[in-house]
Amino acid sequence: MLNVTNLHAYYGKSHVLQGVSFAIGEGEIVSLLGRNGVGRSTTIKAIMGLVEHRGSVQFRGQEISGLLTHEIARKGLGYVPENRDIFPTLTARQNLLLGEKSVGKGGRWSVDDLYTLFPNLRERADVPGGVLSGGEQQMLTICRTLMGDPDLIMIDEPTEGLAPMLVEQVSKLLEAIARRGVSILLVEQKLTIALKISKSVLVMGHGQLVFQGTPDQLLANEQIRQEWLEV
Amino acid sequence: MAGCVGLSAALCQEGVSVVQVLLFSLFNGLLYGMLLFMLSSGLTLIFSMMGVLNFAHASFFMLGAYFAYEISRLIGFWPALFFAPLGAAVIGAVIERYGLRTVHKFGHVAELLFTFGLAFVIEELVQMIWGKTNKPYLIPSSMDFTLFTWQGLDYSAYRVFMLLTSVGIFVALYWLLTRTRVGLIIQAALSHPQMVGALGHNVPRIFMYTFGFGCGLAAIGGVLGGNVLGTEPAMAIQLGPIVFVVIVIGGLGSLGGALIASIFIGILTNAAVSYDVPFGPFFALFGVSSATDIGNDLVRMTSGSVSSVLPYLIMVLMLILRPRGLFGNRDV
Ligand SMILES: Nc1ncnc2c1ncn2[C@@H]1O[C@H](COP(=O)(O)OP(=O)(O)O)[C@@H](O)[C@H]1O
Ligand SMILES: [Mg+2]
Repeated sequence: MLNVTNLHAYYGKSHVLQGVSFAIGEGEIVSLLGRNGVGRSTTIKAIMGLVEHRGSVQFRGQEISGLLTHEIARKGLGYVPENRDIFPTLTARQNLLLGEKSVGKGGRWSVDDLYTLFPNLRERADVPGGVLSGGEQQMLTICRTLMGDPDLIMIDEPTEGLAPMLVEQVSKLLEAIARRGVSILLVEQKLTIALKISKSVLVMGHGQLVFQGTPDQLLANEQIRQEWLEV
Repeated sequence: MAGCVGLSAALCQEGVSVVQVLLFSLFNGLLYGMLLFMLSSGLTLIFSMMGVLNFAHASFFMLGAYFAYEISRLIGFWPALFFAPLGAAVIGAVIERYGLRTVHKFGHVAELLFTFGLAFVIEELVQMIWGKTNKPYLIPSSMDFTLFTWQGLDYSAYRVFMLLTSVGIFVALYWLLTRTRVGLIIQAALSHPQMVGALGHNVPRIFMYTFGFGCGLAAIGGVLGGNVLGTEPAMAIQLGPIVFVVIVIGGLGSLGGALIASIFIGILTNAAVSYDVPFGPFFALFGVSSATDIGNDLVRMTSGSVSSVLPYLIMVLMLILRPRGLFGNRDV
């Protein structure tokens, strides 16, 4: 459903993505792993039209590279940034409602569905987003993007800085998302949840993919893990 | 004369009391402050959303006044109050769409220079069309009377109307930003415009509308204030800097801050003139005497004579002591 071919991106003179190619199928969970600073976030931002890039990005056979960010979102791509970008002056509920692209269109997810998944959000519905805890903000930012009913959701380091119990919650949420037929591109640093839930794994090193395969193949490949993953 | 300590000589001779002047300068200060708010609210919205410090903002205030002058000659003041801001808003939106948006690719300095140039272009155009001299844009005759007299001072109907209208606009703006979906999207775009785009909202269009809307607000200020303050090509240049002072004091990006700073600056400049507090005794405390030339100048200084620099002085102090302003969430 998503085909990325020969993606290049630059920040000024530094060549951050140097020909990245991969594909994600309908309903799949794919994880993009790698150390800090290798270009994983830039990959997602390029797909979303948030950074200048060269190369081809096709979604459902249609070229989306070159479209504006909101146009790409309206094709069915969802993006959850690593710094969460909660709107601080709006309440949790208002944050959720802005996730809807147009009012009352209805999709896979309703506010009530999301409250059922995270009863915490229901309790904190009228609290300004800026004062929610880190864990609550992480759930809120994922749920907000779900309100836009994406067919593919790209989530950047959702477990970063979360306590083990919350990491478990995130992992359950990802599986719940996949069960409703939404594809996921998950960016992570550690293997923990990625190996458990992904259909395939990509490992990135310095702007290029250095491994593509199944979780089992990655587990078997000690050399890649040593060189590109474990610190 | 008893009861007029600290008042300017002219007012004192007319026999008005300190209390009367206090009320009157509060009223006029509030009025001027609300006019400033119509400019500063749009400026601060545009700045925090788009990162553009619009040097041409006060030019739209001026356009509002000139448009209102023409329209009220043709079909009257009430249609002018509606169509003049609308015209300015459309011009603002077009400038954003076809000017700023293109320049945006070259960075903030280019945008700044663009708006700087725009201010001069608008001033030149206004001079070409309407000439260099003051235009007789007058208070509508239906409101040119004394509404009431209180504590011995007259309050004109038009000024009361100005105050009510500007308060109404503030309430409407507040309602729009906090109670409507469009307002919530604008609030969201103030903090994370890219995220708003990633959620599928058309951010370039929101920028265009906000820019146009801000220009329209400034123009309402021009329609209401042009006939009191005078309608001339220099009015934008005169008012522009003070609006920047307001948003620096209030805090870039903060509407509440813009309101409070506008009223504060409005009342301060009015009161400084009316009261004309002499600074001599203050300087005397530090041993300054009128024996030297400089000492003489200092001792004879009054708040009235420095009232025009007072706002800038406060801005400079603010930048040193609290660069994010009263309610801002980022440094200037
Ligand atoms: N806005 C930016 N400007 C300049 N360099 C950047 C910017 N964002 C990221 N980089 C650099 O690009 C490289 C890749 O960053 P990123 O995609 O965020 O990596 P990752 O998400 O894998 O940690 C890093 O070296 C980072 O320092
Ligand atoms: Mg990253």
